[in-house]
Amino acid sequence: MTDANYLNAEYSLRSWFFTTDHKRIAILYFASLILFFFIGGAAATAIRIELATPQADLVSSDMYNRLFTMHGIIMVWFFLIPSIPNTLGNFIVPLMIGARDLAFPRLNLLSWYLFMLGGTVTLFTVLAGGIDTGWTFYTPFSTLYSNSYVAVAVTGVFISGFSSILTGLNFIVTIHRLRAPGLTWYRLPLFIWSLYATSIILVLATPVLAMTLVLIAVERLLGVGIFDPAIGGDPLLFQHLFWFYSHPAVYIMILPGMGVINELISCFSRKAVFGYKFVAWASLAIAAVGFLVWGHHMFVSGQSLLASLVFSFMSFVVAVPSAIKVFNWTATLHKGSIHFDAPMLYALAFIGLFTIGGLTGLFLACLAYDVHATDTYFVVAHFHYIMVGGMVTAYFGGLHYWWPKMTGRLYSEYWARTAAVLIFFGFNLTFFPQFVLGAEGMPRRYHVYPPEFQVWNVLSSGGATILAVAYLLPLFYLGYSLFFGARAPANPWNAPGLEWQTPSPPPEHNFDQQPIVTRPPYQYSPDFKAEPQNA
Amino acid sequence: MTNWPPPLHLVGAWLALVALLVLTVSLAHLPLGAFNAAIAMSIGAVKAAIVAAIFMELRHRDATTLIFAGAGLFWLGILLWLGMMDFLTRT
Repeated sequence: MTDANYLNAEYSLRSWFFTTDHKRIAILYFASLILFFFIGGAAATAIRIELATPQADLVSSDMYNRLFTMHGIIMVWFFLIPSIPNTLGNFIVPLMIGARDLAFPRLNLLSWYLFMLGGTVTLFTVLAGGIDTGWTFYTPFSTLYSNSYVAVAVTGVFISGFSSILTGLNFIVTIHRLRAPGLTWYRLPLFIWSLYATSIILVLATPVLAMTLVLIAVERLLGVGIFDPAIGGDPLLFQHLFWFYSHPAVYIMILPGMGVINELISCFSRKAVFGYKFVAWASLAIAAVGFLVWGHHMFVSGQSLLASLVFSFMSFVVAVPSAIKVFNWTATLHKGSIHFDAPMLYALAFIGLFTIGGLTGLFLACLAYDVHATDTYFVVAHFHYIMVGGMVTAYFGGLHYWWPKMTGRLYSEYWARTAAVLIFFGFNLTFFPQFVLGAEGMPRRYHVYPPEFQVWNVLSSGGATILAVAYLLPLFYLGYSLFFGARAPANPWNAPGLEWQTPSPPPEHNFDQQPIVTRPPYQYSPDFKAEPQNA
Repeated sequence: MTNWPPPLHLVGAWLALVALLVLTVSLAHLPLGAFNAAIAMSIGAVKAAIVAAIFMELRHRDATTLIFAGAGLFWLGILLWLGMMDFLTRT
């Protein structure tokens, strides 16, 4: 007989779909995101199969446009952006800060419903025939020429934006108001700092996206001149507005991943994160400076040279706080008692892949090189190293780390390590050849290409096959553990955070007694034993 | 029966917004050249201030909330500043 917890408190559908418990809402998000991840992944699979040969043999040009557009839209807005904040964040934030729930539980549930509504509208676009603009909806194509379901797709993204705003708002208020007694700002785990920084971006940037998408619909449906020069608009205005949101959105995607990595590196090195304050403030610095770099997406768009120079410089500046984090994680490993459990394998993979993604970002911040690399596979490889190699790897790492807490079950360590290694290998084989392809000039968004590019494309498609299998594996062994896994103890990793000082899975009210925090996070004794934050 | 008082200040703010809207539309028809835009923007700023102070109740809020509201304004400034840098310096 297991103790009462949030999973066995009630079993009815109503108790799930009308819950205001942050833990159950996290599970609702988790299940939804699996669905969207595999839909977006199916589109990517079709793309990689098509690109295995130089000629078109699977889909038409028009269908190919719709495939990569849906892949982008679903993966960005319906997987990457909500992934860590809405699943792991939703579940862990209140536990980590010693609270009973988020500040606005009903707003939290509304956020999930808005997300599902936005996702349903977007999936309707797929069923109705798709959209061919690319995930960036660039004008004038999206407003004047595209014969696909642009207005419906932007409506789906528009609605999901409100879900993002509500989540960001909820986290900001929760972190300000609901911290346990003694949990000062500098005692907060770095996962919280990174989600706080993410929330600020969510709240400040997403309204601009919403406004921009409305303007597309206004021009497309009502003919008001906003982006079309023939009726008094400016097409670059769209790019400015879109990237004012969408570049910070990259940090919405990666900052939570960085937050997870702090927890993993510290726990599996049995050491406090090196330079805690630097890492904490680096999150806020990334959030702030990340707003000043959007023009690096527009170097060849006809933007002024002065603007390009300023955006280029700021893009180099934003690399500094990211580099601080990487150096500090590496320093944390130094003289640690390193354990290669599955979450740590993901964390180490993250550091390598994120570093490659970040450094190639500096190539693209260079004005001259960017002219050569714009719209080539170099860019595709770069941002996949950040978003997939970085963010998705961190998501999987966090998922494995907190899985025993979320489900009360232990998974197969053997299969988890196998999946981690396969993901690392498959990912590199998929995307590293794309750097070469891009440097040699292969443009993105075409499904036919000169035969001399085939060898790299075959390598990439082969890697994608391994990656697809590796991403499917957790579905089986985590699914198995859900029903047949051994019961997890409260603190299987022997970690000091507050979330580990309550049973697995936690009771509905999280803690039997209000935790009182007495020390900073990540404290381990000289013999590497965890010193709980509330002891 | 509830003792909820009628929100007179909200009604007043709404009437002020409607009046300012009428003013904006009326002045847009006067041939004032570049001043048309300046006047419209000024009226827009007053409307935003009314919404922030009264509908969003920022006039009763603590410093933290004001900082976040101010951040929204500041970030809008960044959008306009760096965006205009392109438009004003294109060759």
